Amino acid sequence: MEGSGGRMSTTFNVVTSQEYKYGFVTDIEADSVAPGLNEDVIRFISAKKGEPDWLLEFRLKAYRHWLTMAEPDWAKVDYPKPDFQKIVYYSAPKAKAPKYASMDEVDPELRRTFEKLGVPINEQAALAGVAVDVVFDSVSVTTTYKEKLKEVGIIFCSFSEAVKEHPELVKKYLGSVVPSADNFYAALNSAVFTDGSFVFIPKGVACPMDLSTYFRINNKESGQFERTLIVAEEGATVSYLEGCTAPQFDTNQLHAAVVELVALDNAFIKYSTVQNWYAGDKNGVGGIFNFVTKRGLCKGKSSHISWTQVETGSAITWKYPSCVLLGDDSIGEFFSVALTNHKQQADTGTKMVHIGRNTKSTIISKGISAGDSSNSYRGLVKVQPKAEGARNFSQCDSMLIGQSCSASTFPYIEVQNRSAKVEHEATTSKIGEEQLFYFQQRGIPAEEAISMIINGFCKDVFRELPMEFAVEATKLLSLKLEGSVG
Amino acid sequence: MLSIKNLTASINGTPVLKGIDLEIKAGEIHAIMGPNGSGKSTLGKVLAGHPAYEVTGGEVLFEGQNLFEMDADARARAGLFMGFQHPIEVPGVSNASFLRLAYNKKAEAEGRDELDPLEFDDFIREKIKLVSMREEFLDRSLNEGFSGGEKKRNEILQMAVLEPKLAILDELDSGLDIDALRVLGDAVNKLQRADRALLIITHFPRILETIQPQFVHVLSGGRILKSSGKELAVELEERGYDWVLEEAAAGGAR
Repeated sequence: MEGSGGRMSTTFNVVTSQEYKYGFVTDIEADSVAPGLNEDVIRFISAKKGEPDWLLEFRLKAYRHWLTMAEPDWAKVDYPKPDFQKIVYYSAPKAKAPKYASMDEVDPELRRTFEKLGVPINEQAALAGVAVDVVFDSVSVTTTYKEKLKEVGIIFCSFSEAVKEHPELVKKYLGSVVPSADNFYAALNSAVFTDGSFVFIPKGVACPMDLSTYFRINNKESGQFERTLIVAEEGATVSYLEGCTAPQFDTNQLHAAVVELVALDNAFIKYSTVQNWYAGDKNGVGGIFNFVTKRGLCKGKSSHISWTQVETGSAITWKYPSCVLLGDDSIGEFFSVALTNHKQQADTGTKMVHIGRNTKSTIISKGISAGDSSNSYRGLVKVQPKAEGARNFSQCDSMLIGQSCSASTFPYIEVQNRSAKVEHEATTSKIGEEQLFYFQQRGIPAEEAISMIINGFCKDVFRELPMEFAVEATKLLSLKLEGSVG
Repeated sequence: MLSIKNLTASINGTPVLKGIDLEIKAGEIHAIMGPNGSGKSTLGKVLAGHPAYEVTGGEVLFEGQNLFEMDADARARAGLFMGFQHPIEVPGVSNASFLRLAYNKKAEAEGRDELDPLEFDDFIREKIKLVSMREEFLDRSLNEGFSGGEKKRNEILQMAVLEPKLAILDELDSGLDIDALRVLGDAVNKLQRADRALLIITHFPRILETIQPQFVHVLSGGRILKSSGKELAVELEERGYDWVLEEAAAGGAR
């Protein structure tokens, strides 16, 4: 008698109990500084890394400016403000050598960690055609295929290494896209960043393999403040992938990264992220605060920067990968899937700033909310007076699963040139009983139905991802929604 | 094949089925007719396991199994199919991959081999001929932007793919022109066999000229007021429903 009725109404109420499978902690001796932030801590980080004076100055200047700034509160997210004096700003796994030449020298415990995470750090076992830089808490522990890339003039190394070996390049481009005083979290990052990746593709070189950085937060009190800088010279092309996970703690960890991309004439940078930081438990306890500034500068004529992101983790996401379209005929793209479940909150989107003539931008954003989560798209399309013939197309689709989640869209459009064409489309749909019932009536169980509907919804974004990332992203979304139907 | 005994069901606490009895045997074609709002679509949805309806009493056996102990997807895999009056649109999910997943779920349940995309491609290209559907509809998103008639073709295509034991077709004729109705009616007839059964739910008798039932039931107010042979459909065509309702009110017809 019970059976058909009742059963499906619980369908949407049962929220996922799917365990976060990357939630383990690596027991490794760490070299950490005491919690808290002041100029001495910044000097300590800088000294620890053997940095030149100009970089210490860059940090201190950012720090002094940061002290005058207030934490932004315009995003549609609600969280206890971090206590910046309780965060550990430097934590590194203790090692014999500061940097491993090959994975064989890496602490076995650390090696096991990355094996468990499925990160290809061993070149023999690596995914064919992907070079990886591995960042564990505050330091990069290894970079694969470095030598091979060097042969064609590509520099792919940790940020710290770049500071030592290519200071002129770092000095030239650091802060050139995201100035140290850009915003509260970018300023904080500029003051205390510890490591990250550096990529330089010289003129005319097409990078022969995908480059990838894998970020892992391990230390409970530590924040992760990495810095990524990618420069593609004239005619160069590169595809870069970023993955992230963190252990499961009942406290919140802060991740405040800065990513800067620079594309010169005819260069193409494709930046893909699959973000799976720990999101907190189903009651919203713990999880990563992901406050990240990502920006690309299409500096040269006909340059092209494309962001693709699949955001599934973090308790709070506050992130707007953007493009500044300075060069004439340059192209900016933003393809995003943001999924929130349980108590997760995401406020994410992009900014496309058209400065040069005939610049084009495309925004495809797919937001999926389940459980009690809140998912907002926030995007700015700005066409400056000289951006003759600028074009933008934006499409923002939201999908709701269940009754207690929410989705919002905040598009901002500022057009100061009359020849510009800006189009915006937005839809909100619901995986409702009717859709699910239709699939079930054809013999497809609810879980598979949801997964198929979601993948269909995200198709326009997934096809932008490199193959193996697309497979991972598809699996990840299914995993994240597992149990969200009964 | 299907045995319904004193079935009652409600939606949001309001009773809509008030004691339905119906026996359908293999090889039979039944038609349920009735005025709008009579509960005839509800009956189909309750049998298929729609979540909005609560079964409040009675029993339904499908091939000897208690239907209400099975989830909607299990009922479908057991061979119960419903052709929807208003098939839903699903953007981004290709019609072909949806059809293949549905086919493979049933194949898996029956211990048959699943078809890979290439094998399925051959299989489905044969099937679409039955409903005169253009191949491009396979690559399009499921029902998205399909006209009313195209959606109905797609429903019968799904029926042809799944080859159900019992197909419940809800208002197949709505939104169809005469030619399309004939094509789909013929397709349904071809799919009907001695070991299968059909339950046609319709407001208009027109479709019953193509798909000819042996049994016609008039449902109104959540009850079956009259059951008879196919001649009842002709009579309803000529006289409408009122006389059946009046007869029932007078306590004459059972």
